[in-house]
Amino acid sequence: MFDYNFHWRPVMKSLPDLLEAALLTLQVAVLAMILGILIGLCLALIRLHMTGPARWFATSWVELARNTPALFQLFFFGFGLGAFGLHLSPYLIVLTGLTFNCAGYLAENFRGGFQAVPDTQVRAARSLGMTPWQTYTRVIIPQVFRIVYHPITNQMVWAVLMSSLGMLVGFRELSGETQFFASRTFRIFEYFAVTAVIYYAIVKVILLSSRLLATRLFRY
Amino acid sequence: MISIRDLHKYFGSLHVLKGINLDVEKGEVLSVIGASGSGKSTLLYCINGLEPIQGGSVTVDGTDVHAKGTDINKLRTKLGMVFQQWNSFPHLTAQQNVELALKIVKKLPRDQAREIAFRQLRHVGLGDKLDVYPSALSGGQQQRLAIARALAMEPTYMLFDEATSALDPELVGEVLDTMRLLAEEGMTMICVTHEMGFARDVSDRVAYFHKGVMEEIGPPSQIFGNALSEHTRKFLANVR
Ligand SMILES: Nc1ncnc2c1ncn2[C@@H]1O[C@H](COP(=O)(O)OP(=O)(O)OP(=O)(O)O)[C@@H](O)[C@H]1O
Ligand SMILES: [Mg+2]
Repeated sequence: MFDYNFHWRPVMKSLPDLLEAALLTLQVAVLAMILGILIGLCLALIRLHMTGPARWFATSWVELARNTPALFQLFFFGFGLGAFGLHLSPYLIVLTGLTFNCAGYLAENFRGGFQAVPDTQVRAARSLGMTPWQTYTRVIIPQVFRIVYHPITNQMVWAVLMSSLGMLVGFRELSGETQFFASRTFRIFEYFAVTAVIYYAIVKVILLSSRLLATRLFRY
Repeated sequence: MISIRDLHKYFGSLHVLKGINLDVEKGEVLSVIGASGSGKSTLLYCINGLEPIQGGSVTVDGTDVHAKGTDINKLRTKLGMVFQQWNSFPHLTAQQNVELALKIVKKLPRDQAREIAFRQLRHVGLGDKLDVYPSALSGGQQQRLAIARALAMEPTYMLFDEATSALDPELVGEVLDTMRLLAEEGMTMICVTHEMGFARDVSDRVAYFHKGVMEEIGPPSQIFGNALSEHTRKFLANVR
């Protein structure tokens, strides 16, 4: 027999707060992804085309982002920088930590994408009189984008889920908010069950819209 | 006119072109033949500046291709190039493939670019494939698309780098026919080719390359009839 009685009412009462926190989760994940894509693209290009310190820097970034626990990366931007007297707000800790992580993973995806586009495409574009910039933006990047489209989607999902680590640095995104209410009301299971459903819904919406967008973007 | 003077090209320490001298007049069709690795492709890349050179010069209508001040992108619109691999842009339809450089290099307005694209695609027999993506085209069709794309820029010269050698045998004919058509229309062409029939029937002159040297050049009757060079005769005996 259960000696636990489910009480859903407190959860339902704080549902608006949870949904608001979910929006915050989504916001920080989207921002981290936008920054991560831009930085990841730069890191990939640096690793492909440059040598010296810049390349060393990019490689270190990618290695650290991919081969250390995401939680440690978050802690670094929280407590690590704090030790040097640089105190970021919980929001910024999560944003920088997520961005660092996403940029590292996406950089590898981009690098693979660039390598998958044959060199002959560059030659063909240049032989038509396109500048290097035009060649990149009109010929290469669109093809790379298709190759990394699904990895980007996966990374987006991962960013949403990973942002839940924010509760460990005091950020009241969806998980942080849930933790806050759960510990106040002791309805721990109920709160986290509902939150799990919200995460699930967010992820499903991302995957579905990604698939819909793909059919519009990639006709070839 | 394309003028090549004492052209030297190295890849690292590999001496790939060893002092090439060659003039190609307007309206001429020149075929370049020779064994694999003799530097034929590299010669074309040096002509349109896709590869830097280490000695000598290449001038196109009086403009030095490799000089510092040369607007190479502008010059390249005069030099259409078709490659061995049919490198149509896979993310664009046939029409968009042709339009792209018209819009962003020549900066033509949209409807003018569209009209030229349509005309050129029809010219190479792809008038019914405007909205088709390259993945749905055969190798021969993709290669004709690449020809149309190059022609749309209204080049003075066309450089063909073994345009047919990556194609299935039954598709070679349609691309060669397109090239023949161009030759008849008076296009100036340099064709690196393994198609000896094409070299013999279509070209005004044939150049034989051997280990980075232009061993012999002359009318097809000379090259295929009584070549002066021992190397040329040996090569031709082997390819037939
Ligand atoms: N990018 C490059 N880097 C280094 N070596 C190269 C490069 N491109 C070509 N080479 C070398 O230069 C030589 C000439 O190559 P090229 O492609 O011009 O020969 P080709 O006559 O076109 O041969 P094929 O009939 O096989 O196309 C070859 O030995 C080749 O290995
Ligand atoms: Mg070649």
